This record gives sequence, structure tokens and C-alpha cells, in this order.
Amino acid sequence: MMLEGITAVFGGIGRGVVDAVWRLGFAARFLGMLLWLSGSCLRRFNLVMREIYFSGVLSLIIILVSGLFVGMVLGIQGYEILVRYGSESALGAMVALSLVRELGPVLAGLLFASRAGSAITAEIGLMKATEQLDAMDMMAVDPIARVVAPRFWGGVISMPLLAAMFSALGVLGGYIVGVVMIGTDPGSFWSQMQANVDFRQDIVNGVIKSAVFGLAVSWVAVFEGYDAEPTAEGVSRATTRTVVISSLAILGLDFILTSLMFRG
Amino acid sequence: MRRATIDIWVGIFVVAGLVALLFLSVRVGNLGASKLQNPYELSALFDNIGGLKVRAPVKSAGVVVGRVEAITLDSATYQAKVTFRMDDRFHFSRDTFATINTAGLLGEQYVGLEPGGDPDDLKPGETIKKTQSAIVLEKLISQFMFSSAEKGSSSNK
Repeated sequence: MMLEGITAVFGGIGRGVVDAVWRLGFAARFLGMLLWLSGSCLRRFNLVMREIYFSGVLSLIIILVSGLFVGMVLGIQGYEILVRYGSESALGAMVALSLVRELGPVLAGLLFASRAGSAITAEIGLMKATEQLDAMDMMAVDPIARVVAPRFWGGVISMPLLAAMFSALGVLGGYIVGVVMIGTDPGSFWSQMQANVDFRQDIVNGVIKSAVFGLAVSWVAVFEGYDAEPTAEGVSRATTRTVVISSLAILGLDFILTSLMFRG
Repeated sequence: MRRATIDIWVGIFVVAGLVALLFLSVRVGNLGASKLQNPYELSALFDNIGGLKVRAPVKSAGVVVGRVEAITLDSATYQAKVTFRMDDRFHFSRDTFATINTAGLLGEQYVGLEPGGDPDDLKPGETIKKTQSAIVLEKLISQFMFSSAEKGSSSNK
């Protein structure tokens, strides 16, 4: 009796692990297929344009407003701390470095995952539940090439642009709070920023980060949609999984990339 | 192919993204900062460079005239060999004095050049002879402590 309970627990863990590895392998094969079949959608670029509109342009409001407010909060908090050491002239450098290196790519990625990633998963999952993907297959239209690939590339292209706008608006927010409202010196705000932010080391690495996050979020979103159980409940669970998995992926990848880029 | 209304929005989006990138690189980053013009190289040997790093500024009278290009250990003399890239607009006399200074109490370290009176200028690739090492706080404190301890013991006699 006791023994059965224990074996059931271990059996459950084992099944879970095997299932997760199985899904990971399928996801990798799916990504391979997706890249292989991307040629046609990159030639018919208006399909991708449409997806850039839905996942990029329509995410603009939340990205820009969040960027502005994050920058303003950084301005206030940074000033509070720096003024204790009499170095509030370093406010610009602090705001810009934290935005360009970390907060811009990561927060834009998290927002992108919940705003656009979930929508992509829900759309593809619902297409699968209502058998639209099967119908396409019947008409000899590959659903991966026609439905999945444009959404993937739309996300990959949008994400670095959104992260750059997030960082730029954040710097402006820091400027508004630090210089316009609190009244630190605008000259030292910009010059300290320019002296400390390196193009290759900080900005290019930030763009690389956001591109990696864009790939990860788009991959998770299209895969979860494609792999969703074709029921209402399955689609809702897939959407939740997209947000959870891509958020964790962003944070984990951020740690790996940061330790590769900024070590030493 | 017809132009769709989506195209204009995607166009605006891409342009805004590129403008943000440009803003980050030129206004926030150092890409727009004044570049060194036709840089030439100089080097100097220091006994101790302290915390000097590659890309640290080389200043004369507070004006940035170059950047530290490389730091290596000279295996013959066991001195630190620091190579600078200097702006071609600025040339220094042969008896220029190179020091390693710290900006502020906790600031970054930089190389300071004080020109001497020699009529000839340093040629590209030449080595600055007169240098002063970075001040290492621990050494200063230990020197002070030992000298005061010696004084104390000699006055006791």
C-alpha cells in the first residue's frame, strides 16, 4: 500500500521528465522545420509585415509608456542614492547604463511576451482547435510556412526595435525627472552618460540581448500555439504556458548572456 | 502589388525603432564623441600602474588628448609598458612627464602628461622617459606607519 504510493510518485516524476524532454525535442525539430520553410514567407514579405503590425506596432503604447515610467522611477531612485554621496552628476550614466544593459531588453522582452507572445499562441491554438490548420494542409498549403513562420519572423524583427525604443524613452524619462523636475545639471547628465556608455560594450550587447529574447519569445509562442491541445481549455493553458515559459527563458538567458558579455 | 495602410504603420514603427537606436548610439553612447584624429602611438614605462585600464583617457591640462591602447609587462625590466594612441593635433616635447592620476577621490585613473621645455617633440612610437607611478594607498600608509614607528623607537632611546 505504502510502496504503491511511493512508486506512483516516482512514476509521476519520471513521466513528467520524459514528457518535458520529448516536448523539448519536438520544439527543436519544429524550429528547424520553421527555419527551413521560412524562405517562402520572407519572399512574400507582406505576410511578415502584417505580423510586425500586430506584434510590433500594437505593442508600441505599452512599451513606450512603460519605458518612460521606468526611466522616471530610475531617475528618482538614482538621485536619492547618488545625492548621499554627492555624485548626482552620475545620474545620467546610471540611468542609461541600467536601461541599455539590462532593463531595456529584459522588461521589453517580458512585456512583449505577455502582450504579443500570448496573442500569437492564442491565435495559432484557436486556428488548430477550429481545424483551420488541417484545412490548409488539405489545400496543400503548409500551415507552418503560411501561418507560423510569418508570426515568428514578425516577433523576431519587432523585438529589438521595441527594446531600443524602451531604452530611449527610459533615458528621456530619467532626463525629465533628473534634469527638468529635480534640477541636476543637464551638461553633466549627458556628458557623464556619454563618457560611461560604450557603443560596442553596452549598446551593441543590449541589442544582441533583445534579439535573442525576441527569438526565444517568438519560438515559445508559435510552438505552444502549434502544440496546444485543440480544445478551449488546451488553448488557454497553452497561452498561460507561453507567458510563463518565455518569461523564465528571458530571465535565464539574460543571466547567461550577461555573464558572457560583461564578465570582468 | 498594392500599398496597404498597414505598410505605413510598419514603416513608422521601423523608422521609430531605428531613430531610437541612433539616439542610443550617438546621444547616449560614445559613438558621437569626438574621435581621435590620425592617431599616433606613444608609450611609457611605469613602475606601477595601479588600477589603470585600457581605454582610460590620456589628459594634458585636463583636456583629453589620447587613450590608453594596451598595457603589458616589460619582461626585461619588470615595468608596466603602457601604449597610448594620441591625437595628431597634439604633440609633446621629448622631456614630457607622464603621471598616473585619479579623477576625484574614487574616480577612474587616467594618464596625465606635463610637457617639459625640450624644443624637439616626441616622434610617433617613441617612449616617454620620465614617469611617475600610481599612488598605492597601502604603500603610503605602511610607509607612514613604519616611519612613525622608527621615530617612536629612536625617541625612546
